[in-house]
Amino acid sequence: MSVRSIAIAFAVMTITSLSGNQAPSQGFGGLGSAAEGFSVPQPGLPFHFPFDHGAHPDFRIEWWYLTANLEAPDGTQYGAQWTLFRSALAPWENKGWSSPQLWMGHAAVTTSEDHFVAERISRGGVGQAGVVAEPFSAWIDDWQIQGNAVPGADQLANLNLTATAEEFGYELRLLATGPLVPQGDNGYSVKSAKGQASYYYSQPFYSVTGSLSLPTRNVEVTGKAWLDREWSSQPLAEDQTGWEWFSLHLDTGEKLMGFRLRDEGEGFTSATWITADGRPNPLPAGALRIVPVRTAKVAGRQIPVSWNVQIPSRGFDVTTQPLNDQAWMSTSIPYWEGPIAFEGSVSGRGYLEMTGY
Amino acid sequence: MMMWTAATALLSHWRRRPLQLGALLSGLALATALWSGVQAINAEARASYARAAAVLDQDELVNLVSPNGRSIPQAAFVRLRRAGWNVSPVLEGHYRFGATRLRMIGIEPLTMPVETNTVDLGNAGDLLSFISPPGTLVVSPGTAEKIRGQTDLALRVSDQMPDGVAFADIGLAQRLLKRDGELSRIVIAGDQRPGLEPLGMLVPELSVRETNAQSDVEHLTESFHLNLTAFGFLAFVVGLLIVYSTIGLAFEQRRPTFRTLRSLGVSLKVLAVLLIAELVLFALAAGAVGVAIGYLIASLLLPGVAATLEGLYGASVPGTLSLRPEWWVSGFAIAVAGTLVSSAQSLLRLMRVPLLAVAQPQTWGRSSEAGRRFQVLAAAALLSLSGALLLWADGLEAGFGVLGCLLLGASLLLPAVLSGFLTLMQRMSSGALVTWFWADARQQLPGLSFALMALLLALAANIGVGTMVESFRLTFVGWLDQRLAAELYVAARNGDEADRLRAWLATKVESVLPISSVDVEIRGQPMQVFGVVDDPTYREHWPLIVGIPDVWDRVASGEGVLVNEQLWRRERLRIGDKLDLASDWEATVVGVYSDYGNPKGQVMAAINALISHYPQVSRLRYGLRVQPDQVADLRSSLSDEFGLPPDNIVDQAALKEQSRRIFDRTFLVTGALNIFTLGVAALAMFSSLLTLSEMRLPQLAPVWAMGVTRRDLALLELLRTLVLWLATFAAALPLGLALAWVLLAVVNVEAFGWRLPMHIFPYEWVRLGLVALAAGVISVFIPLRRLAGLAPSELLKVLANER
Amino acid sequence: MESYICDIVVILAAIVIALRNLRKSYETAEGRLEVLRGINLDLGAGESVALIGESGSGKSTLLHLVACLDRPDSGEIVVGGRDISKLNDRERAAYRRAEVGLVFQQFNLIPSLDVAANLAFHAKLAGRHDSAWENELVERLEIGALLTRYPEQLSTGQQQRVAIGRTLAARPGLVLADEPTGNLDEANGDAVLELMLSLSKGTGSTLLLVTHSQRLADRLDRQVHLRSGKIE
Repeated sequence: MSVRSIAIAFAVMTITSLSGNQAPSQGFGGLGSAAEGFSVPQPGLPFHFPFDHGAHPDFRIEWWYLTANLEAPDGTQYGAQWTLFRSALAPWENKGWSSPQLWMGHAAVTTSEDHFVAERISRGGVGQAGVVAEPFSAWIDDWQIQGNAVPGADQLANLNLTATAEEFGYELRLLATGPLVPQGDNGYSVKSAKGQASYYYSQPFYSVTGSLSLPTRNVEVTGKAWLDREWSSQPLAEDQTGWEWFSLHLDTGEKLMGFRLRDEGEGFTSATWITADGRPNPLPAGALRIVPVRTAKVAGRQIPVSWNVQIPSRGFDVTTQPLNDQAWMSTSIPYWEGPIAFEGSVSGRGYLEMTGY
Repeated sequence: MMMWTAATALLSHWRRRPLQLGALLSGLALATALWSGVQAINAEARASYARAAAVLDQDELVNLVSPNGRSIPQAAFVRLRRAGWNVSPVLEGHYRFGATRLRMIGIEPLTMPVETNTVDLGNAGDLLSFISPPGTLVVSPGTAEKIRGQTDLALRVSDQMPDGVAFADIGLAQRLLKRDGELSRIVIAGDQRPGLEPLGMLVPELSVRETNAQSDVEHLTESFHLNLTAFGFLAFVVGLLIVYSTIGLAFEQRRPTFRTLRSLGVSLKVLAVLLIAELVLFALAAGAVGVAIGYLIASLLLPGVAATLEGLYGASVPGTLSLRPEWWVSGFAIAVAGTLVSSAQSLLRLMRVPLLAVAQPQTWGRSSEAGRRFQVLAAAALLSLSGALLLWADGLEAGFGVLGCLLLGASLLLPAVLSGFLTLMQRMSSGALVTWFWADARQQLPGLSFALMALLLALAANIGVGTMVESFRLTFVGWLDQRLAAELYVAARNGDEADRLRAWLATKVESVLPISSVDVEIRGQPMQVFGVVDDPTYREHWPLIVGIPDVWDRVASGEGVLVNEQLWRRERLRIGDKLDLASDWEATVVGVYSDYGNPKGQVMAAINALISHYPQVSRLRYGLRVQPDQVADLRSSLSDEFGLPPDNIVDQAALKEQSRRIFDRTFLVTGALNIFTLGVAALAMFSSLLTLSEMRLPQLAPVWAMGVTRRDLALLELLRTLVLWLATFAAALPLGLALAWVLLAVVNVEAFGWRLPMHIFPYEWVRLGLVALAAGVISVFIPLRRLAGLAPSELLKVLANER
Repeated sequence: MESYICDIVVILAAIVIALRNLRKSYETAEGRLEVLRGINLDLGAGESVALIGESGSGKSTLLHLVACLDRPDSGEIVVGGRDISKLNDRERAAYRRAEVGLVFQQFNLIPSLDVAANLAFHAKLAGRHDSAWENELVERLEIGALLTRYPEQLSTGQQQRVAIGRTLAARPGLVLADEPTGNLDEANGDAVLELMLSLSKGTGSTLLLVTHSQRLADRLDRQVHLRSGKIE
C-alpha cells in the first residue's frame, strides 16, 4: 500500500487551491470546473454561528486554519501552525466507513533554525477526525482544538489547541480579544475575476499562552494567533497556479488579511483591513500590491521569502522578513508557510503562506 | 607452459576414459539437480509464504486482539487513534462468492502502517475507488478468475496476492460480513510518537499479540519442506557416493602420471593446485547441468507440490517457478563443495603417500580391516542414537533425526552384513566355481559398497514412504466412508434462502444436518468449532478414536464437545479436560475423532450451543440424509423446483472422489522423488560396475585360462551383481518397514498431528523389487556386454608380457 | 556349473602333440604383424620341450595356440588325435579345463580365493580333485604354511609355487608354462623349475616351457628355437 498515493489522493481532493498547477492532475475531482452536486457559495447569505463553526459536508473542501506568532520570555520568536482540512468525495456525510468525507491535519512549529512538520490523514464517519460546532471541537487523531466556551457563548472565543508528533508538540491556550471577522463581502470571498468564491471568516484576535516542546527543549510562550475558517466547492479558477496569503498583526492592534492568486496575467488580489475593534473593511480587488524583495533556495526551488506589501490607499507599505527562510511544509502536497515580521509604515508580525512554487 | 603441459597430461586421462568422466559428471550433475531442484521448490514455496504472510499477517507488526477471540468494537480503534496511537483496524472473515469461499481481509488504507508495504492499491484514483462505495476487491489473478461474474464489485488483480484471499476496504468488509462496527484486530505500527498513554490503560479489554516468527502456514508446512529437503539430501548423498568412488579411482589410476610429472619437476603444490582446479572445473560444469536439470525437475514437480500444499495445508503456492539468483549460486556452491568434500580423501592421500609408492587401482576402495571395524562401530553408534532419540526426544526434528540416524547407520552396516552373508555362502559351498562365485562377490563388495549403500537408501526410502502412503491411503479411504455419511451436501446463498431451504427439505429427506462452524482462537491456536445436531448419522458413523460411553448424549446436551486428533495430541488433552470456546463457554472434552488432512485443530459441539455463543455463525450449509436411490431425484428437484444453483449441490461420491484426488496429488511429489532417488542409485551401481569391470580382467583371466568360457564368466558376473542387488533389497525391507513405522508413528504425529495404523503391502515390494531388478540388470548390462565381447587377446595381455 | 564336471574327458595319459604349418598374425598400428609363419612341431608323450627365442619371436603366441587360448589363422594343432583349432568356445574351454595346465609369469592365482582354494580350483574344475596328491604337492612345494593366505599376501616366488601346485594338482596331460620363473631371481627360479620338472615327470605330463634362458632350456629333454615366427 502506498501511503504516498493515499496522501496524494487526499491532497488532490483537498488542496487543489493550495497547490494550483502542481497537482498531478489539475482537473481531478473537477474542482476547477463544475461542482458536481456540491453546494456553491452564494453571496448575501449570513453566517449562522455556532452552526458554521462545524463542518459543511455538502461543500467539497473546508478548513480550520490556525497560525500563531509566539515569543519566549527571552524574546526568542516562534511560529506554530495547526490546520484541519476536510475534503468530500460526495456531498453528504454518513456514519461508518462509507462516509465520503476525508480529513487531513497539518501541524508545524517554526524556529529561526528549524521548521518541524507533521501530517495526519483520516476518514470521516467513524470519529477518528471531525468537527463539532458546539461545544466546539475539531480533531484528527490526538490533535485537537477544544472549545471551552459555555453553550450560547462564542464557541471560538476560548480554545485549547494541542498537537503532538514524533519530534515536536505544543499545547496552546487561545483567548479571543475581539470578535469574529467575516472576510470579503460579509463572508463571501471572491477568488477570481470569473467569480469563484468561498465562505470565509476569521478570528484574528487571539492572545496565546502555552508551551512548545521541541527536540532540545520545552519553551513557555505567549503571543498572538489567527484562525481562518473557509469552505467552498470550487475555489480556484483554472488558470490560477498558486497564491501568497498574508495574515498580519499590526503593532497598532489592527489586522490585515491579504492574498494574491497568481495567474498568467496580473493575478487576483483581495484584502481586508480590520480595525483594532474588529470591524472589517474589505478592500477592492487590486488595492493590495505585493512585490518580491528577496528569494531563497528552499527545498530545491527558488522561493520569494521577503515581500514588499503595499496598500497605497491606506498608506500601508511594509517589507516582510521570514523568521526562517526554510519554513517548508514537506507534506503530501508541499507549500511554504511560516511566521514573518514586517517593518515600514508600520511594523508587526504575522504569517505568510505561499503555494504553487 | 609447464603448467599447461602438466594439465594436458592430467586431463588426457579422461579422454581415454570417457565413461569414467561421464559417470563422474552425471553423478555430480544428478546430485546437484535433485538437491537444487528440491531447494528451488522450497525456496519458491517459502517465498510465497513470506509474500502471503507479508500480505495477510502484516508480519513484523504487533496486533491488538480480543483475548476471547471475539470481535473488537470499532470504538476501541478510535479511542487509540485519539490518544495518539498509530494503529490501523483490520476485519477478517470468510465470504462466499458463489461456490468460492474467500478469506476476506478488510483494511483501512489511510492508517495502514507504511511498513506493511503489502498490496499496491495503485494510484490515487484506484485508492479512492477502493475506499468509496461500492468498493473494490483486491485479489490474485487466480481468484479473480474464479469470482468474476459472481460479484458486482470491481476487481483489482494483483500478482502479490495469495490465492483465496480478497483485500477490501474495511467498510466494504464490514458490510459484506455483516459485522458493522466490528474489528478482528488492530495493527500497531512500528513508529509511535513518544509520551503515549499505555495500551493497558486505554484498552484494558484487549491484549497484545506479538507476531509469530513464523506464519501459521509456514509452521504447518515446515514438515513437508523438511521432508522434501531430507529427500533432496538423500539423493545428494547418493550422488556424492558416485563422485567419491570415481574420483578415488581416477586418482589411483593416474598415480603413474603424477609420478612422471613430479619427476619432471612439477612441485606437489602445483600438482595439487592443478588437480583442485580440474575438480572445480568439473564441479562447475556438472553444477551448471545439475542446476539446469534441477530447474527442470522443480518446474515439473512444482505444480504437484503446489497442489499438495493447497490440499494438505491450504497454503497457496504458485505453480510456476521463478529463477532466483541465490538458488543458482547455491546450486553451484553445493556442487563444488560436494566435489571437494568427496575428493578430500584422495587429495590428502596424494599429499601423504610417497612419490614412488606403487599404484594399486585394483585394490582401490578395498577398506582396511580397521576401517571396516570403524564403520561397524559408527553404524552401531548411529543406530543406538536413533533408538535413543526415538525413546527420549520429542518434536519433528527428533523424528527426522531418528530417520537420519537409522538410514545412515543401516547403510554403514550394510557392507559388513553383506560380507558376512557372502562368507557364509562361500563356506557352505564346495564346488570350485561356486566357491569362487561367492568369494569373488565378497571381494568386489568394497568396490560396490558405495553403490550398494546408495541402493539400500533408495530402496528403503521407497519401501518406507510407499508403506506410509499406502497405509495412509487405506486409513483415509475408510475414514472418508465414515465421515462423509450424508448423501448430499448443499449450500444456500444467503440466510433467507437457508431458512426456505430447511423448510422445503423438511418433508423430503430423512434428516438435515447443518454444517456450521466458526473460526476461533483456542489456547492461542486458530481453529474451528463445528456445530452438529443430534442425529443417528453421527452416532453410527463418526470416526471416534476415544470416547466415553454416553459421548453423543453429552455432546447433544451442549456440555460435552469432541476434539479432533490433531488438537488432542497437540494440546495433550485428556477426556474430561475443559476447553474455553468463548468467554462464557467452557466445555468438557468427551471424545476424540480422527480428522485426516486437516492442518488445524477442530472442536465439535452441539449446534444449539454454538449458535447461542456465536449468534453470527453462518448457517448456510447442510448435509442431507436420503435413500441412496433418491439422491438423483432430490438433486434435480433441488435445482429445478427449489432453484439452488447446481454448483451449490455436491453429492457424496463427488466429494469422496475430490478428497481422494487431493490425496493422490499430495503424494505425487514423494513418488517422483522416490523414483529419482532410485535412478541415482542405479547410476551409482552402473558407474561402480563399469569401474570394476575395468579392474576385473586380472581376476577373470586365470579363471578363463583354466577353462571357463567368456559367456559363462559373463553370466556369473550377472548373477553376482543380481545376488548383491537382491541381498541389498532383502536388507532394505526391514529397514524400509522401520522407516515406515517411524514415519507413521513419530513423524506424522509431530508433523500432522495424527497417528496411522501401519499396513503391510507385499505386492508393492514385489513391484519395487522388479523395478529394482530391472534397474540392476540395466546397470550391469553395459559392463557385462564389454566382458562377454572381450577378445581373447585382451585376456591374454593380462597373462603374457609378450606375443 | 555342474556341467563342467560332465564335460570332462578324463585323460590321465601324457599327450602327443603335432603342430602343422601354424600361422598367426595380429593387426597392429604399424600394419599386419606376422607372429608365426608356418610352424611345424611334434611333441612326444611325456616329453619336456623348451621353446626359446628372442623377445617377439612368437614363443608366447605359440604357447597360447597350443593352450587353446587363441586360434591360429591357419594350420592344425592336433592334440591327442584331435585338431583343437577347429573346436568351438565351449569345447575349447573344456579342453583347457581337462587337458591343459597353465603356468604364467604373473596373475596366475585367483585373488579372491586363498591358497588352499587356489590349489584345489583347477583340479575341482577338471573333476580330478585328489586330496592325497594335493597334500603331497603342498609338501613338495613347501607351501603348507601359506594355505590360508591370499595371493596378494604372497611373495612372487610363493605365488609361482602355488601356481605350479595348482596346475599339477589337476594332473593335466599337457603342462604349458610361459616364463614361469621370469619374475624370480636365479636361485629361486631354478628351484621352482626343478620342482616343476620333477613333478610333471611324476604325473607323466608333456611339458612345453617358454623361456628365453638357454640355461633353463638346457635342463629339458629337447629345445626348439624360434626366430621371427619360424623354427630354426
